[in-house]
Amino acid sequence: MDLIAATAQWLADPLNWQGPNGIPSRLMEHVALSGVSLLVAALIALPLGLWIGHTGRFSWWIVSTANAWRALPSFAVIGLLVPFTTVIDPDLGFTLYPTLVAMIVLAGPPILVNAYQGIAGVDGELVEAARAMGMKESQILFGVEIPIALPVLATGLRLAAVQVIATATLGATFGFGGLGRFIILGDANRDNGELFGGVVLVAMLALATLGAFLLLERRLVSTGLTRRAAG
Amino acid sequence: MTVRETGHARAASLEFHGVTKRYGRGESAHGAVNDLSFAVPAGAICVLVGPSGCGKTTSLKMVNRLIEPTEGQILLDGVNVMTENVTALRRRIGYVIQQVGLLPHLTVGRNVAIVPSLMGWSKQRQSARTDELLSLVGLDPERYRGRYPVQLSGGERQRVGVARALAADPPLMLMDEPFAAVDPIVRERLQDEFLRLQHELAKTILFVTHDIDEAIKMGDLIAVMEAGGRLAQFGSPDSVLAHPASDFVAQFVGEDRGLKRLSLVTIADLSLEPSAARPGLPTFGPGTKLRDALSVLLAADTSGGVALDDAGKPRGFVTVDAIASALAEGRGTVANP
Ligand SMILES: Nc1ncnc2c1ncn2[C@@H]1O[C@H](COP(=O)(O)OP(=O)(O)OP(=O)(O)O)[C@@H](O)[C@H]1O
Ligand SMILES: [Mg+2]
Repeated sequence: MDLIAATAQWLADPLNWQGPNGIPSRLMEHVALSGVSLLVAALIALPLGLWIGHTGRFSWWIVSTANAWRALPSFAVIGLLVPFTTVIDPDLGFTLYPTLVAMIVLAGPPILVNAYQGIAGVDGELVEAARAMGMKESQILFGVEIPIALPVLATGLRLAAVQVIATATLGATFGFGGLGRFIILGDANRDNGELFGGVVLVAMLALATLGAFLLLERRLVSTGLTRRAAG
Repeated sequence: MTVRETGHARAASLEFHGVTKRYGRGESAHGAVNDLSFAVPAGAICVLVGPSGCGKTTSLKMVNRLIEPTEGQILLDGVNVMTENVTALRRRIGYVIQQVGLLPHLTVGRNVAIVPSLMGWSKQRQSARTDELLSLVGLDPERYRGRYPVQLSGGERQRVGVARALAADPPLMLMDEPFAAVDPIVRERLQDEFLRLQHELAKTILFVTHDIDEAIKMGDLIAVMEAGGRLAQFGSPDSVLAHPASDFVAQFVGEDRGLKRLSLVTIADLSLEPSAARPGLPTFGPGTKLRDALSVLLAADTSGGVALDDAGKPRGFVTVDAIASALAEGRGTVANP
């Protein structure tokens, strides 16, 4: 009971909603860095996944590597990166860079693996029928394979987004901003209201992101793929 | 190579010259198609028929270059298909497969308009053509153009598949077991509709089936293939039934090949003793198949019936014996395509 009351009180306190350390600016930090990492990860992983899915080339090697990558704990990735990034910039190299790189590195595999599986899973007969109608390879990829694989592609992006939001939270341990700061500070100050307030905010952000992705998916995926077959 | 202007559509002639397809190399090499040669005149339906694995699909796919032949040439209107631009070639060859291959994320209308849109037709022309084709295959455009493939029955999907293949008015159609996925009653209706359609369109059609009855019904010409991708016999359905070239063909067309020929020959093909009207006896129009005439005669338990000419006047006296001897003499021949 105490915990809930303390959390509610912390969240309701107008002072916590102001200034550079307030909830809105920390939330913006969290969202901006997550967004940038997701975008960078998608720009690298999506084309690669689509290409190996369409051609089938190198798929075994790339997918196995990506899956092994996936098993790495975020915390270890950030820690391992610190020695390298501090060489580049002793200041930001300890805070922003390792977390950012870890976010990108960890968001890539689910995007890549799902893009590959989605495209490779499109019925070969269908692709051949498209080719037989005189579609060029790029027209097959963008006009047939991607639209049909969209639900799978979107799942990869959704998983990556949630992954990125979680990793950004861990980054606070390394002095990275974002909502994780509240958890670190709450813990350090033995302020349970702040600690659980931070947890609640991260959870809500993750849920909101999930919801946004699901809505977008519903809009983009053809009803021909989601409708149930005629009786 | 003659190119025949038929109605609003142009049809192309198709020739196979020593076409061979081998898979694998050295020891493991095996021929899927072996030295296949035949010619299909413009506007005819040629059916490739044979047991599973005899190379029918491979032969078909070499025409639109989904598969490249190891040896030999395929000429479309006298031009080797290997020398043409591959996408341009494919856009003027209609393609229908068993699973239809409709794109599930596009509506029926957009599916039918795929090739026209690839060819850059205006939206207006595309939608006019789509509606025209849906009506042609017996689907009300108002009801069907906005539906998705999952919302169609198997038979409706096949019709859309045929409409889509016809969209850009191709001079050649390739059809790989197009009616195999539907039940026998629907199949028969689709076959009849397709033959009626073909009567107007007069496309050149290469049609694959493993069902000899379908081959006899659909083909102006049939190419019987046997294991190893060899051509066992090529000719009109009636000549294949009447004179099988080998034991394999005789066995493949069936012990009942004599009976099968009854569906190919009509009353008009019989030469008969003249006859006056005979009240009480069954009458047969010139288009009546011998199979149906025989069935009527056996069921009615009469000595014979009266054949009518085009004007409905009595032309001759038809008996069970007359039908039997027509088949025996091989006199009843199907009109050439
Ligand atoms: N990619 C391939 N590699 C090796 N062999 C192949 C390949 N594709 C087909 N074959 C072989 O070629 C032969 C002919 O195959 P094809 O698909 O043309 O047969 P089909 O007459 O269409 O049979 P069905 O009636 O079962 O469809 C078969 O023995 C098949 O195993
Ligand atoms: Mg086949």
